[in-house]
Amino acid sequence: MTLGGWIAMLLSVGGVTALLGWCIYKVLATPESTQHLHSQADITTPDILDERSP
Amino acid sequence: MNQTGMKETWGTRLGVILAVTGSAVGLGNFLRFPGLAAKYDGGAFMIPYFIAFLLLGLPIAWTEWAMGRYGGRYGYNSSPGIFRVLWRNRAAPYVGVLAMVVPVMIYMYYVYIEAWCLAYAVRYLFGAMGFENPQQFREFFAKFTGIEEDGAAWAIEGQGVLGSGVFFLVLCFVLNFVLIYRGLSKGIEWFCSWAMPALLVCAVIVLIRVLTLGTPDPQRPELNVLDGLGYMWNPATERLGFLESLRKPEMWMEAAGQIFFSLSVGFGIIITYASYLKSDDDIALSGLTACAGNEFCEVALGGLMIVPAAFVFFGHETLQASESTFALGFVTLPNVFGKLPAGGDLIGFLFFFLLFLAAVTSSLSMLQPAIALLEEGLGLRRRASVAMLGFITAVGSAFVVYFSKDLAALDTIDFWVGTFGIYVLALFQVILFGWILGVDRGFEELDRGAEIRVPRIFKFIIKYVSPAYLLAVFLAWAYQSLFAPPAGKPSRLQAIVENRTVQLSIGMILLVSALFALLIAQSVQRWRATERAAGGDKP
Repeated sequence: MTLGGWIAMLLSVGGVTALLGWCIYKVLATPESTQHLHSQADITTPDILDERSP
Repeated sequence: MNQTGMKETWGTRLGVILAVTGSAVGLGNFLRFPGLAAKYDGGAFMIPYFIAFLLLGLPIAWTEWAMGRYGGRYGYNSSPGIFRVLWRNRAAPYVGVLAMVVPVMIYMYYVYIEAWCLAYAVRYLFGAMGFENPQQFREFFAKFTGIEEDGAAWAIEGQGVLGSGVFFLVLCFVLNFVLIYRGLSKGIEWFCSWAMPALLVCAVIVLIRVLTLGTPDPQRPELNVLDGLGYMWNPATERLGFLESLRKPEMWMEAAGQIFFSLSVGFGIIITYASYLKSDDDIALSGLTACAGNEFCEVALGGLMIVPAAFVFFGHETLQASESTFALGFVTLPNVFGKLPAGGDLIGFLFFFLLFLAAVTSSLSMLQPAIALLEEGLGLRRRASVAMLGFITAVGSAFVVYFSKDLAALDTIDFWVGTFGIYVLALFQVILFGWILGVDRGFEELDRGAEIRVPRIFKFIIKYVSPAYLLAVFLAWAYQSLFAPPAGKPSRLQAIVENRTVQLSIGMILLVSALFALLIAQSVQRWRATERAAGGDKP
């Protein structure tokens, strides 16, 4: 492993870890964030609700 | 998560973080990324990879969330419908063919790899992964996936259902369609809210073991973990200098393709899901958190453990000759589990089972764009749409399984749909956002309800840098493939001329594209009729 390799690894791993850490901080520090943040997995599409309704 | 009036606690907020970051984790992080990094000498690959993340992946993810929510306000959920809202041109909905073909055809092989994960998990559970050396793991994978000849992936002789990839594929296929058919994706989401942290814990255990492997074979002291890390991260390789290693247009294209693949950008998936959001929901921080979680899993976990471990067990010659980008993890990780001081089978089972669950959440979302088209374009009910898609994808998956020699069908569809198709769709979308919708209107949409303010430099990046970057890499790749192909392996274009399986795979892609073009044509007629009946024009 060369010096360039160490620098590349530390910057890359450190960079993505810092970015994730900042995002976690923002979510935790933002009031009512749970009401407004979404991912693909938590969106129930209306057609599923239609199928369930009698 | 979206329960109004629910008192917020740190627990619920952590739940949000896990749901958002977990939604982006899938096979791309732990299997596809290490395979590509190994193919392109690791360190050299990381430069176009990170450039693509900052200039393409993250900004285009934001554009997809914004365009999807914008289109949703006009009542459209499918990409062809949303493109038609955004661009008043007869061709607009037909560009949506790509947004249908990409997720549906990726599903055809993604579900097969999902089946490999399930098969490995079950084999660990029954103690059927007790091989003695790295070569035996390679041989098992080759037999299990039928790499030696077409039609050989049905079963390994004498191993019953545990040796049948097709058995596990059928199992996964049925599971996926039952979940979609019955609308049980919420159950899977709940399951993954605890499964995802468990997957991360398993990955950290594996990572610690990889970093403490030292030199497993004293006969070959050059195969040690430090040199493995060097293979992954050194910017210059033994064969090529720093600048020389970057002169591969296909590497730049595949790096961008990997960013798109693992972030689910350029799939048409985010657009469809964003169209269901309320107008004051956040999309800026949600998009960024999903991207950040995905990158952490990919770079800090996948990148640190699989490529260095593969180097230690097999050496760099084998790494570069790997059969498929997805194969590396399946022949490397079992070796690491075998080197754990205790509980190797348990960790092996948990890792592959949790990866299987992560893959299920991804594969379920891949079918929603086409379901949305069939519902709003043809007026089908959800279950009829699911049944129709079930037939199409079953034919496609059978095709991938049968043409198993060198995993040629899987690899061809993965490149031409999972890299090239995504690439073209991403290019169209960034032009749509930056030049047709307009970057100012687009940012108004992005800012509505946002928990963070997206830096304005991204206006410039989206309007000028991203399209120019995508076009430049595409032209360089096309020039090299046509006029200056590298020596050795035939280029992707040459393979179309020379290899029968590649020709058939391309034929399959064209067939599915034609089918969706017809469905979109029918949908456009229906939308026009509805608009005429309502007495108005489209927005």
